[in-house]
Amino acid sequence: MTRHTLSVLVENKSGVLARVSALFSRRAFNIESLAVGPTENPDLSRMTIVVDAESQPLEQITKQLNKLVEIIKIVELDGEAAVQRELLLVKVRAPMAERTQVLQTAELFRARVIDVNPDTVTLEATGTPDKLQALLAVLAPLGIKEMAQSGTVALGRGPRSMSGAGTLRPVERSA
Amino acid sequence: MSTPPSESATREAATREAAEALTGVETTARSVAAAAVEPATGITGAQSLVRSLEAVGVDVVFGIPGGAILPLYDPLFDSKVRHVLVRHEQGAGHAATGYAQATGRVGVCMATSGPGATNLVTPLADAYMDSVPVVAITGQVPSGSIGTDAFQEADIRGITMPITKHNFLVTDAAEIPQRIAEAFHLAATGRPGPVLVDVPKDVLQATTDFSWPPRLDLPGYKPTTRPHGKQVREAAALIAGASRPVLYVGGGVLKAGATEELAELAELTGAPVVTTLMARGAFPDSHRQHLGMPGMHGTVAAVTALQKADVLVALGARFDDRVTGDLATFAPDAQVVHADIDPAEIGKNRKADVPIVGDAKETIAQLVTALRGEHEAGRTPDLAAWWAQLDDWRERYPLGYDWPEDGALSPQYVIERIGAIAGPDAIYTAGVGQHQMWAAQFIRYEKPGTWLNSGGLGTMGYAVPAAMGAKYGCPETTVWAIDGDGCFQMTNQELATCAIEGIPVKVAVINNGNLGMVRQWQTLFYEGRYSNTKLHARNADGTPKPVRIPDFVALAEALGCVGLRCESRDDVDAVIEKAMAITDAPVVIDFVVGSDAQVWPMVAAGASNDDIMAARGLRPVFGDNQV
Repeated sequence: MTRHTLSVLVENKSGVLARVSALFSRRAFNIESLAVGPTENPDLSRMTIVVDAESQPLEQITKQLNKLVEIIKIVELDGEAAVQRELLLVKVRAPMAERTQVLQTAELFRARVIDVNPDTVTLEATGTPDKLQALLAVLAPLGIKEMAQSGTVALGRGPRSMSGAGTLRPVERSA
Repeated sequence: MSTPPSESATREAATREAAEALTGVETTARSVAAAAVEPATGITGAQSLVRSLEAVGVDVVFGIPGGAILPLYDPLFDSKVRHVLVRHEQGAGHAATGYAQATGRVGVCMATSGPGATNLVTPLADAYMDSVPVVAITGQVPSGSIGTDAFQEADIRGITMPITKHNFLVTDAAEIPQRIAEAFHLAATGRPGPVLVDVPKDVLQATTDFSWPPRLDLPGYKPTTRPHGKQVREAAALIAGASRPVLYVGGGVLKAGATEELAELAELTGAPVVTTLMARGAFPDSHRQHLGMPGMHGTVAAVTALQKADVLVALGARFDDRVTGDLATFAPDAQVVHADIDPAEIGKNRKADVPIVGDAKETIAQLVTALRGEHEAGRTPDLAAWWAQLDDWRERYPLGYDWPEDGALSPQYVIERIGAIAGPDAIYTAGVGQHQMWAAQFIRYEKPGTWLNSGGLGTMGYAVPAAMGAKYGCPETTVWAIDGDGCFQMTNQELATCAIEGIPVKVAVINNGNLGMVRQWQTLFYEGRYSNTKLHARNADGTPKPVRIPDFVALAEALGCVGLRCESRDDVDAVIEKAMAITDAPVVIDFVVGSDAQVWPMVAAGASNDDIMAARGLRPVFGDNQV
């Protein structure tokens, strides 16, 4: 698996998400995760797309994305040059007898308890995909009732940003 | 000809009179006047849209009205923008494409919501594949009804997302001038393509103001037209050092209007030129350096030159599978210079050693300058050995055809004669299939914009409506639609439009009674099992019945055209000349030809270009030590 994280600034208009997902479908590109949200500029949204670039070279994916008129800029945010986080909400079976174990695990992973009832505890955790996988692996034997996980969001490290002064270098438009 | 001369002459005269009476003076004065663009207040969205079309210089729209777009047709009635009422929206779309390809201007088509809009899907997909600048305007159900499955509602923006360069749903009448201006800008610039503008009925009816020019708001759209100087110099150095170069010319050269620059580059390099199906006419067929068309049905010389090249210079071409055959074995020894305005084409199918992103006109002009520098520095390649080889292939494996053994008319001969008689100034359109390949092979193209066809999508039925659009855009030019009997039965209804609107196209129906190209594949790859490819009336045992269904002469006349028929070699020239002499009505010639003629040469689908067959059972011997 060759994973790449693309941070994509797009115009904040209706239909842009449909256009991007339709492009991935039409060109047979694989999306691992997709997160869309607002940015500091109300005219722009940011899509963080984790792609599996094994079937298609990353270059072809970014070039085809760049052709979409409503896409402003694409930056690759991988490895040490970026911070990446996902959000996990997980409802764990936690009868009184086993509750301590659940809470200790939560503490170990710096997860927060956000809902409690006699049978279950719901935890909130953020982190890299690896960390959240590790947390889930520990919780699994205790009994995961339900979970919801976000796509990855990411920002480049250091003072630079995608828009504004000292911008991050976009993925080349030209070959 | 089977129709008795006297009867046919009478019919012709009547048809011509009818055409004259119906057209009147409407066919004159089609020039695009510089639009006087006055601001206006308190007008309808529909009026604003018509003013916007006038302001961008539209002279004709092909379309059909309907409920949702009805408000637009009212102000259109008074506009200097002419509307050609077609018989099917697919015809409107292909007419817009034909108009655009013949004139270089943006073609415009219009349809109502729902089925009107979905009937545009095929021509939009076609224009997208062939990078043709087209703007489609569709009516939509009122904003408040969108999403309710209202009568004649279809999500045409969603449907056309993957087959347009861009599309818009206009939600506010105040946006109309801007959206129209953006649509035309997007369609015509960068890599051209179709753009759809969907306008709900209430937006057309709303009161709004109009001013021109609007501000374009396309922050994410910045096509690279100027090539990178360093890349151009690298390309020039590679070309100057090549011993077996080939200029692989695609449709982008025509789109960029770069044929003069190409001629200069060709002369300067002395390199052989191949023109793809989309680029026929970009370089004169009569030029000594032209090897013809590459690809599945290309000439042996063109296909083999690409295979054996040491430097391939791809100009506005996209290494389509129909050109490359099996990619893994395509041009194995070549270093590739790939110049295209669309960066996504570069490296998509074949790795480029020297990528150049830019407009073909500017790129080729800069290549010429850079190459002059190489030559002045004494780096001029000797291509004598290469040309000796190329000429040998050309002489040993020229394009040709055999006459049918049963004495039937040869379709290749018919097409060759049309090309010879109508000449290089005429415009030729084609449908898709055998007749298309023969028209690409046996008509000699000398000028840009004279060969229009559906290359990428392979849309049967393209020829007649595209010819209509081309003829509308170039009224002084003879326009021939070379069509097959299968294709012709898909879109011939537009001949009624041609007859009534005064658009005198000429149609050659190459009538072999079969879906010829599919039949050819069935002959070659399915042991001659002709499953569902016979179009002619037949007996229970599959043998033809001596009845014409349809009778294309009668059909032509029913549609207001002059109908002619030709079944023997001796009549071919006379019937073509007769059609050429009729300039005031559309003409259809039913050329009844043999059903077993085949298109050669051929590289089977997915096969290597090394395995090209010059004719059935005849594989050229290249002897790999020859080059």
